[in-house]
Amino acid sequence: MEMDIYKLVTGPVAWLAFGIFFIGVIVRAALYIKGLDWQMDRVAYTAHRKHGIRGAIRSIAAWLVPFGTHSWRFYPFFTIVFFTFHIGLLVVPIFLQGHSILLKERFGFGLPTISDFSADMLTIGVMTAAVFLVLRRLALPEVRIITTWYDYLVLAIAVAPFLTGFLAAHRIGNYNFWLISHIITGEIMLVAIPFTKLSHFVLFFMSRMQIGMDFGIKRGGMKSKGMAW
Amino acid sequence: MALGKLCNREPVNTLEQLQELLNDKGGKQYYEEMSDLDVDQALLWNTIQKTIKAKSRIKTWLEICAHCGMCADSCFLYLANNKDPEQVPSYKIQSTLGEIVKRKGKVDNAFMQKVMDTAWSKCTCCNRCGLYCPFGIDMGVMFSYLRGLCFQQGFIPWEMKIGSGMHRVFRAQMDVTTEDWVETCEWMAEEWEEDWPGLEIPVDKENADILYTVNAREPKHYPEDLAEAAVLFHLAGENWTVPSEGWEETSLAMFAGDWEGCKLQVQSVYDAMKRLNPKRMVVTECGHAYRATVIEGPYWAGLKDGQTPIPSLHYVEWVAEALRTGKLKIDPAKRIKEPVTYQDSCNYIRNAGLADCAREIMSYIAEDFREMTPNREHNFCCGGGGGFNGIGRYRKERNIGLKVKCDQILATGAKLVISPCHNCWDAIRDLEEVFEVGIRWSFLKPLLLKMVIVPDHLKPSEEE
Ligand code: SF4
Ligand code: SF4
Ligand code: SF4
Repeated sequence: MEMDIYKLVTGPVAWLAFGIFFIGVIVRAALYIKGLDWQMDRVAYTAHRKHGIRGAIRSIAAWLVPFGTHSWRFYPFFTIVFFTFHIGLLVVPIFLQGHSILLKERFGFGLPTISDFSADMLTIGVMTAAVFLVLRRLALPEVRIITTWYDYLVLAIAVAPFLTGFLAAHRIGNYNFWLISHIITGEIMLVAIPFTKLSHFVLFFMSRMQIGMDFGIKRGGMKSKGMAW
Repeated sequence: MALGKLCNREPVNTLEQLQELLNDKGGKQYYEEMSDLDVDQALLWNTIQKTIKAKSRIKTWLEICAHCGMCADSCFLYLANNKDPEQVPSYKIQSTLGEIVKRKGKVDNAFMQKVMDTAWSKCTCCNRCGLYCPFGIDMGVMFSYLRGLCFQQGFIPWEMKIGSGMHRVFRAQMDVTTEDWVETCEWMAEEWEEDWPGLEIPVDKENADILYTVNAREPKHYPEDLAEAAVLFHLAGENWTVPSEGWEETSLAMFAGDWEGCKLQVQSVYDAMKRLNPKRMVVTECGHAYRATVIEGPYWAGLKDGQTPIPSLHYVEWVAEALRTGKLKIDPAKRIKEPVTYQDSCNYIRNAGLADCAREIMSYIAEDFREMTPNREHNFCCGGGGGFNGIGRYRKERNIGLKVKCDQILATGAKLVISPCHNCWDAIRDLEEVFEVGIRWSFLKPLLLKMVIVPDHLKPSEEE
């Protein structure tokens, strides 16, 4: 019975989850670009492509660097938590040795990997950061007022594969149970990305690019060095 | 559908309608009628579907806001109100526009009144929060969209209805007609010509180097501003002109969310450009005027490259250029000796990047220039932007909003604030009235006039 479930979730369900994820992400990005409207957004996207691209790159680059913007520097503690969380979230699933082995078995190719120790550290980092994110939501009035149950749900979806994966990898409790939970929560996350707030996985780049173009083309970018994010 | 006589969904298009509104002192009847105004839910939802539902930017912004609160401290109104959580930019927009979208436009009168209060008293569209959000979510942009929805439904402050009506009727934010304007030009030229031999304010001269346009408040209340501009152009040897029609740069219609009114207004200026064929336009010392006509205007008018038909400069750009090229020369003995600070107007800092030319001007005219903290693109709104200055209903909130700027100015130790923006100038004047901290404020023109070296042949007649 457990083997059947395992086969199912690593077989057809996995295919489905990855399919939805990849297609979903591409569709979201494409829809975003399609929905740009020079007159409604009041940004002459095509007329000043050079300034637009320059603004877009500056805008994305500045925000990808920890402490790279005024805003990141203004909230140093949050910035550390934020980057710990997101770096772990991206690096572990892609470069984990276990995942690479699975990839090789199934598709005949692997990716460069990180050591299990680093993976553990990053995973603990993600989980600790998540705890801080929850505490922050509860503690700060300016964050509490905008927080909804949906924010916690989204956080839970993102963290669940890490918690279950960690328990499985360290054989804490019932290994098979945690392994299968890990796979299922991972798939839930993949499917959730295009349909929930987790879509910011790709829309962050889209929206940063757009505001970068806005400032680069229209709001001073053509008359000054560009926005000092 | 209950529609009031004064408060309704019709924009003001005639002088009579405008007069009726003006006769309603303080908007008493107007606001009474507003309590009975129905929300046209179908229209509201329809508009949303045609605009944000179909387009991506605002829709995505509403959807991906991570509720992280990083925008909180960026908003001067949040800071001025002792970090009231209800002033967090994200909260302000989620609880208004976000709700309307979520409820598919099914909102009632009380809700719309709350939306109106939020849109005009809790955001000046200063665009600062957009700089601090990791996603670049710009509440200023969203609030101006929301104001458009409110305008369409008739839920706008009385003064905004009047303001947009003025543009529709007079193509000016005040009841200044073409005759009034041309007369003011002639009168000012005549009056100041005694002191400045050869001074002219040429109206409708074709093919000039500079087309100069103003804020209607200048001819209406401070005609000497126009004369000062004329003297400085005269001293700089500029070949300039003003248009008889299309001379007004400001747009209360923009503050009101009346996009059609905005288009009518900028079109009048662009028509003047085409009619008179000048090389460039220079806009007077006004922030929102510049934003309306130079930054946003081309989009309202449907100009695909987002540029005005001829290159357009804000007054600070012209002054910096004139000082740089030596068209205007400053007498070193007359430079400002006392500590002086400079108000970066949101409308041309975060919307046009004009920080450097302002500093350049300071390097010529001030010996002890002190920057506010933060400054340039990160400067705070003066507290009076987005129409906030002029709305009686929100006077209390506006006065609270001035606090951040007041502290910022005091921290520099300067007693003089240079502010080449009518709105900021007003707000700083009012903050002195409210807090009585002993500061002075000035546009650039009167300061420059006291400092420039006057070539012998242009010397005022008494000194000859
Ligand atoms: S900073 Fe941006 S993402 Fe965070 S709460 Fe504010 S608007 Fe939302
Ligand atoms: S645009 Fe300015 S006033 Fe409005 S919410 Fe953002 S920071 Fe506050
Ligand atoms: S009044 Fe001045 S500081 Fe305030 S929003 Fe307008 S330009 Fe900005």
